Amino acid sequence: MSVRVVLHSPSGSRSFLERGLLLLVMLIFLEGTVLTLGAASSPDISAQDNTGGHDHRGIAGSHDHTNYTYTKKAFPVLSLDYHHIQVPFEISLWVLLASLMKLGFHLIPRLSSIVPESCLLIVVGLLVGGLIKLAGEEVPPVLDSNLFFLCLLPPIILDAGYFLPIRPFMENIGTILMFAVVGTLWNAFFVGGLLYAVCQIEGTYLSQVELLPCLLFGSIISAVDPVAVLAVFEEIHINELLHILVFGESLLNDAVTVVLYHLFEEYSGAGEVTPMDVVLGVICFLIVSLGGIAVGAIYGILAAFTSRFTSHTRVIEPLFMFVYSYMAYLSAEMFHLSGIMALIACGAVMRPYVEANISHKSHTTVKYFLKMWSSVSETLIFIFLGVATVAGPHAWNWTFVSVTVILCLVSRVIGVVGLTFIINKFRIVKLTTKDQFIVAYGGLRGAIAFSLGYLLDKDLFPMRTMFLTAIITEIFFTVFVQGMTIKPLVDLLAVKKKQEAKRSINEEIHTQFLDHLLTGIEDICGHYGHHHWKDKLNRFNKKYIKKCLIAGERYKEPQLIAFYHKMEFKQAIELVESGGGVKLPSAVPSQVSMQNIQPKKLPPPVAERALPQFTKGREEEIRKILRSNLQKTRQRLRSYNRHTLVADPFEDGWNDFLLKKQRLIELEKKMSNYLTVPGAIPDSPTMCRARLASDPNAFYNIKASSDGVPTIQVDLASPQSPDSVNMLNEEGREGADRDEDQGLMMKPAGKGEKGEEEGGNKNPGLMRCLSDPGPSNEDEEDEPFLP
Amino acid sequence: MGALQSLSDEPEYRELAEKTGFSFEQIGILHKRFKQLSHNEDMLRRADLDTIPDLACNPIRTQIIEAFFDKRNFHQNGDGTVEEISFEEFLVVMSHFRPPALNMTEDQREKVRREKLRFLFNMHDTDNDGTITLEEYRHVVEELLSRSGALGKETAKGIADAAMLEVASISIGHMEPDEFYEGITFEHFLKILKDIEIETKMNIRFLNMDTTTLCNRDSSSIR
Repeated sequence: MSVRVVLHSPSGSRSFLERGLLLLVMLIFLEGTVLTLGAASSPDISAQDNTGGHDHRGIAGSHDHTNYTYTKKAFPVLSLDYHHIQVPFEISLWVLLASLMKLGFHLIPRLSSIVPESCLLIVVGLLVGGLIKLAGEEVPPVLDSNLFFLCLLPPIILDAGYFLPIRPFMENIGTILMFAVVGTLWNAFFVGGLLYAVCQIEGTYLSQVELLPCLLFGSIISAVDPVAVLAVFEEIHINELLHILVFGESLLNDAVTVVLYHLFEEYSGAGEVTPMDVVLGVICFLIVSLGGIAVGAIYGILAAFTSRFTSHTRVIEPLFMFVYSYMAYLSAEMFHLSGIMALIACGAVMRPYVEANISHKSHTTVKYFLKMWSSVSETLIFIFLGVATVAGPHAWNWTFVSVTVILCLVSRVIGVVGLTFIINKFRIVKLTTKDQFIVAYGGLRGAIAFSLGYLLDKDLFPMRTMFLTAIITEIFFTVFVQGMTIKPLVDLLAVKKKQEAKRSINEEIHTQFLDHLLTGIEDICGHYGHHHWKDKLNRFNKKYIKKCLIAGERYKEPQLIAFYHKMEFKQAIELVESGGGVKLPSAVPSQVSMQNIQPKKLPPPVAERALPQFTKGREEEIRKILRSNLQKTRQRLRSYNRHTLVADPFEDGWNDFLLKKQRLIELEKKMSNYLTVPGAIPDSPTMCRARLASDPNAFYNIKASSDGVPTIQVDLASPQSPDSVNMLNEEGREGADRDEDQGLMMKPAGKGEKGEEEGGNKNPGLMRCLSDPGPSNEDEEDEPFLP
Repeated sequence: MGALQSLSDEPEYRELAEKTGFSFEQIGILHKRFKQLSHNEDMLRRADLDTIPDLACNPIRTQIIEAFFDKRNFHQNGDGTVEEISFEEFLVVMSHFRPPALNMTEDQREKVRREKLRFLFNMHDTDNDGTITLEEYRHVVEELLSRSGALGKETAKGIADAAMLEVASISIGHMEPDEFYEGITFEHFLKILKDIEIETKMNIRFLNMDTTTLCNRDSSSIR
């Protein structure tokens, strides 16, 4: 095919755009293809296909034709049957187009910083739609509501729900609910009501638009859209509080939108809404939202429970999570409950338990798949929005559209300001004017509004096309104008940005400490506040729930320790991934090592003075370094007894190999640098490396240790590092001497087992030579402890 | 009854309100609580605080109670600990947990932050030498993890050591192998926790309304 030839051309941003254009051309060439994704193609379309302008190599495979004359044809060597693969092929083409576009944007450096991606994607959609139209074909109705709600929306919401930062979300839940429920209601009625009033004005030719359709329109257009908010806010890196406020609102207003939409749609036919209906509506709202959350929570617990038993089938672990979440969404949609809230609840509920149960690789898989799917979905949604704009029948009415846009803005601002005034009375940390502005300005509308409008019945709502036009205009306005200007505004107003620093262990310790402190103070004060209930919930969680849902003994692991291990683990992986010799980027080049913080020891007895001191601190340091570099954090401590963890020998072997290689490289470098430099105190990291490098088999002896503490048993076959002998010996000596109730126990297992005794009085000079006075080493070794 | 009481103590309350920043109602409620805890005496002792049932499952209970009897928290430049405290001192300690006012300048915010962090620092620095040594920090982490079941001291030590290392790295940067990092000074403490935004986190919602019912329930359980 011609496309394949192009793909071999030299890469560059140009070729990507070319590629994209070629794909568009391909699309056009696939004549008469209505993109009814999910629906089977109808027979007359396939007939069109076969008569379309394809190259028919060989004899056309028209086996379906009923009027076959029995003439013996030559055996069809090569035939083309597009119809056979039509639907999946088109889906793949769209996905490919979307991804290539996304790729292309990031290759053009300045563009992505000025214009948010969502805008660019809509423009691409417009182009594609325009091209299709130019070619004379009917633009496929790509943004089919079923497709949108069942396929494109769930990945994005699941991604958002799974990675929802629970702590800030819960801390601000009151504010978020106020904005979501009361704010959306206010918007809907304000916009709907005023629009109706405007429509009634003489001279606008809109008098046939009645109240209820107006209110329906208001409810459709008033909901802040999570997809658009995510797309834009992700790029402006705003501080966590504002992000969670706007984003949380966009998620939780789904329930309100669903109820309002159904309410007004139902009764638009009847033409009036009685108070009884309103009461039922309120009840419906409660059922929709709470029901959605309940459904999600049930599936989340099921997923967590399932993950408890997946230790032997690690490969399909991620699948469980995705399927359970999707089923939660579908179940909620089945009962017309809020599917979005179900997904959020499912993701948020299952996350802590699942993460404790699944393997590290599965966790990575889940993360990447979620990000990938949500990214593709988002891209497709925006492109389809553009295509649908070109496609859809439009009924432009200046008054209606402009009034809609203005009213939406006005109602949003008034709503936010008014609500904040009330909310600030109850908040400890008040929302400033700047915050309010960002919240108001960040209320973007998106594809959900369009899909809801698309779902409207043509007969019941004759002004549907006008509504659609207005909705699209509003979406374009918010995404283009507000989306593009929010970034410079954020900079202009000097709004606090997201802190990029990773969580340090000090912060973690103090967050926990604060939690307990505040709970204690509340208890002393005698009133059961926020912290008291949170503490109670945590204890309940630990006592009962975690026992059921987390495999093995790990449910006892407190958060601080889990955090610490995760940190070590992460840094160990970073160390390996960065390859040998590459300095890890660090915020503060630290040259502080353990020995600096350990209290000074008394001067050692004379006999030992020749040899460098081997304080507890260094011992600890060694242990720590070993621990972090060996990536067996979970297995190491005696108190953890993960019965169910089966170490994957392959995985460990490969990692060890990588580490070994890296160590070798590092050691060579160090040795060549420092051989002639006398150092005051030999530094343990080098010693470690020397020791480990000298014996490639050191790693494999780890599992032999009975109590789980890794002990390096060194075979002193290699002559290159006599110093290692010294170190181990010393260590053995010191270890035996010291009373080991303090400090970490570094079992000098090597002492008895291998014949290292000869090292006693080896040349200390050589040891010093290999010592590592330089900052660069300590840099790398202290990486694990940097935030 | 509560309202009458507060009216009669007006002049005292005014002074306290000025000193600590609480409103009259809040002072009234806290006074009632104080009386309840101290069994209607004027001074509160450690034993009184120990009897609070909810506090029993708090891992850092001892430190919290100690903080109330720590002279450094009384804003009087004192030192050491006392055996019993008056209502005024109780209130002063509580005032560390007041939320900051809405319209504060950056300076005032900084001041509030320092005050709150100073409280935390005092809680850690038990021997009052101005620095948090490794031992003290280890103790803090051990206490935090003490409720978590049978975990060895090693983990706590490991975590505390890692944290200490981090502080040293951030505060000092380069250190010769010979040098020794004495401990976390208050300035270093400020530095490492500056990202936490303590003035927004270390707050308790002090009620403006009477919580007689809750208090009564508590008092019956205390007795």
